Amino acid sequence: MTRAAVTPQVLLAGNPNSGKSTLFNALSGGSAQVGNYPGVTVDRESARVECGADAVDLVDVPGIYSLTADSPEEQLAIRALFEEQTEAVMCVVDATTLQRGLYLALQLIESSVPVVVALNMMDAAEQKGIRIDIDRLATELGVPVVPVVATKKKGVDGLLTALEGALRSPGTSKSNSAPRYTEAVEADIVALQPELEKWRPDASPAARRSLALWSLLSLGDDELRGVPDSLRKEVDRLRGDALEQGRDIELEIIGARYAWLERVVSRSTVEPGRRIPLGERLDNVLMHPVAGLLIFAIVMFGIFEALFTGAEPMIAVIEDLTALLQSNLRGFLPEGAFRALLIEGVVSGVGNVLVFVPQILMLFLFIGFLEDSGYLARVAFVIDRVMKKVGLHGKAFVPLLSGFACAVPAVMATRTIERRKDRLVTMMALPLMACSARLPVFILIVGTVFAGETVGWFSAGAVALFFMYTLSVLFTLGAAAVIRRTVLRGPAPTFVLEMPTYRWPAARVLWVNAWRRLRIFLIDAGTIILAMTIILWALLSYPKSPAVTERFAEEREQIVQTVSSPELRAEALETIDAQEAGEQLRNSVGGRLGRWIEPVLRPLGFDWRIGVGIIGAFAAREVFVSTMGVVFGIGDADDDNRPLRDALREARHADGALVMTPLSGISLMLFFLLACQCMSTIAVVRRESGSWRWPMLMFSYMTILAYVVSLVVYQGGRALGFG
Amino acid sequence: MTLKDVPVGASAEVLSVKCDRRLTRRLLEMGLLPGTRVRVVRVAPLGDPIELRLRDYALSVRRSEASRIAVTLEGTR
Repeated sequence: MTRAAVTPQVLLAGNPNSGKSTLFNALSGGSAQVGNYPGVTVDRESARVECGADAVDLVDVPGIYSLTADSPEEQLAIRALFEEQTEAVMCVVDATTLQRGLYLALQLIESSVPVVVALNMMDAAEQKGIRIDIDRLATELGVPVVPVVATKKKGVDGLLTALEGALRSPGTSKSNSAPRYTEAVEADIVALQPELEKWRPDASPAARRSLALWSLLSLGDDELRGVPDSLRKEVDRLRGDALEQGRDIELEIIGARYAWLERVVSRSTVEPGRRIPLGERLDNVLMHPVAGLLIFAIVMFGIFEALFTGAEPMIAVIEDLTALLQSNLRGFLPEGAFRALLIEGVVSGVGNVLVFVPQILMLFLFIGFLEDSGYLARVAFVIDRVMKKVGLHGKAFVPLLSGFACAVPAVMATRTIERRKDRLVTMMALPLMACSARLPVFILIVGTVFAGETVGWFSAGAVALFFMYTLSVLFTLGAAAVIRRTVLRGPAPTFVLEMPTYRWPAARVLWVNAWRRLRIFLIDAGTIILAMTIILWALLSYPKSPAVTERFAEEREQIVQTVSSPELRAEALETIDAQEAGEQLRNSVGGRLGRWIEPVLRPLGFDWRIGVGIIGAFAAREVFVSTMGVVFGIGDADDDNRPLRDALREARHADGALVMTPLSGISLMLFFLLACQCMSTIAVVRRESGSWRWPMLMFSYMTILAYVVSLVVYQGGRALGFG
Repeated sequence: MTLKDVPVGASAEVLSVKCDRRLTRRLLEMGLLPGTRVRVVRVAPLGDPIELRLRDYALSVRRSEASRIAVTLEGTR
């Protein structure tokens, strides 16, 4: 047999919130491999698990309520079920809501794959006063049922023993009862058999029967892949006939299943829970019109504050370490192109990746906590009314809010949104949120063009900043509404969401999950960011003009000979260094590009130097500040740098007009607010959307939007006599 | 009457679910079937969606969706 050659695959399936991931971690010891399901952007987590004498590949299937599917994402489960190496399924069922959990288990049992039911959250069921006769339930279902408490790793051994038994003697369900479908449905099942035999010649009759039911529910008006057209046509015909006869196929199938499940559950439940769940009482406070909104605001502000301010010291440490490493290398290695590549390209590229670590870890710990505790569903419940207006899902709120800190972790956070289209709309719009990297740019501009000016009681700079933040929210929501009506057209997402019972999350699971997300970022998005950093460095450093090098070498020589005071000499040499860096930058490809695009930027009020800054800022928006420092020959500059502000204030266009006026300042701020000046965002959207198409679309629409808005404001302002 | 009109705290029995096909199927598969007893637990602080309790779990739907679910009222508490 070929069976020995491949490791048997066991699927871990279950409803969302059934504790499936916790059980997966308990079984795998947290050592999962993360891959991708082919064709869709869903992580496929699997782990090697010792089961008796053999090892199996345990595959964590995304949480589902049913095998029925209408999108490729939902189709994953049924595909995995019919994969050749799949030999058993472990179905996690929340003991506190048996009927709904067993609905999925029933479909798996019907497919004739060996099933083991892990009856999870037995402790919570006991607390609610529910008592289940496990043996009776197993007899009724015809498959092993093992009570577990995944959070405490209780029952895990029993589960593996049951799995071993199921793998050794893979009989189908031993139950003598099954849902009784109507005669009409039975006739439909028979009618589909010829087509299904063609599609799945190897499947057993029982498996084909379950596939027939699956086809009747899933096909028609779907986006599924790999389904033969002839089968689709046949299902269409049967559904058409049913409609004519006034039948409701969905209700017939699903109704028969629930009717059977109700009987099974009532026979095997010794005592149904009578107490009002604690969560409901808790929600009387947490979802209270006043107190609830207040708590909501506090929690959201807490997340925002942690990402915005709390991560700052850790980011500073990473940046300092990068700088330290760079200066040490500078001392170690001989001067030359290789040293420059290593220090300015590779090391700073790695630094560019690592600076995101604190925020990603923090956000995923927060989201994990909210999700596992059950509050994330309530967040969506509270804010859905607002999000619905622009065609977004309530679950888009946390990612959008995180966008104020940084789009990179925020884009990664969109994966809490179930449907791909909803996720993409959120991902496309959220880089318009005014992230923290825009702030240094805004502060530099405001400090340059609005210093000391006031509007009424407020400083003009504060008013301008306030406007930028307000505009960013309006533009984000507006963009989402437009994208939803154009490229990602579709109905506003529905809001059928389970409100899970409140639970205290397990710290270990939170860590494992956050760490896994971080690793994916470092590997997939990190390599792109590193490569882009090196390319950008090369663009802004080469070619070097030998003439310039020579000239500055001469000047240095002169200083060394004429200036005797060591302090003055060092100072003069530093000035020379800065001037040379500026001169070389002007000669580089990036510098030439800046001049080349000046005619395009001139109508926005920018000159070529700002153009170079914009190109440099593609590495990260705040790099605009230091690039401007180099362009103006000032050396290392920050947003508070007085010489840089003075240099900017005095900068003139070729025709002698000042570059930085209040009007061009506002134009530049708008450009930075709206343009997609961030390669890391592009890298992470590439990773999360699974293709280059979406980041390219995002880059294009944001750049065009930024250009048009800046153009209209600058030219309109001039026409009105400002600037 | 529809589920949208059921007052908070009251229970009702589902008569029919008539949303678009996908949503109807999803609601049915989550156990919201004709004959199922549903209690309206609360309305979201901003007035929409609403939270239901059925088959020992809580489910929230928007009012627009609830308005397509026909019900009969059971005795109020």
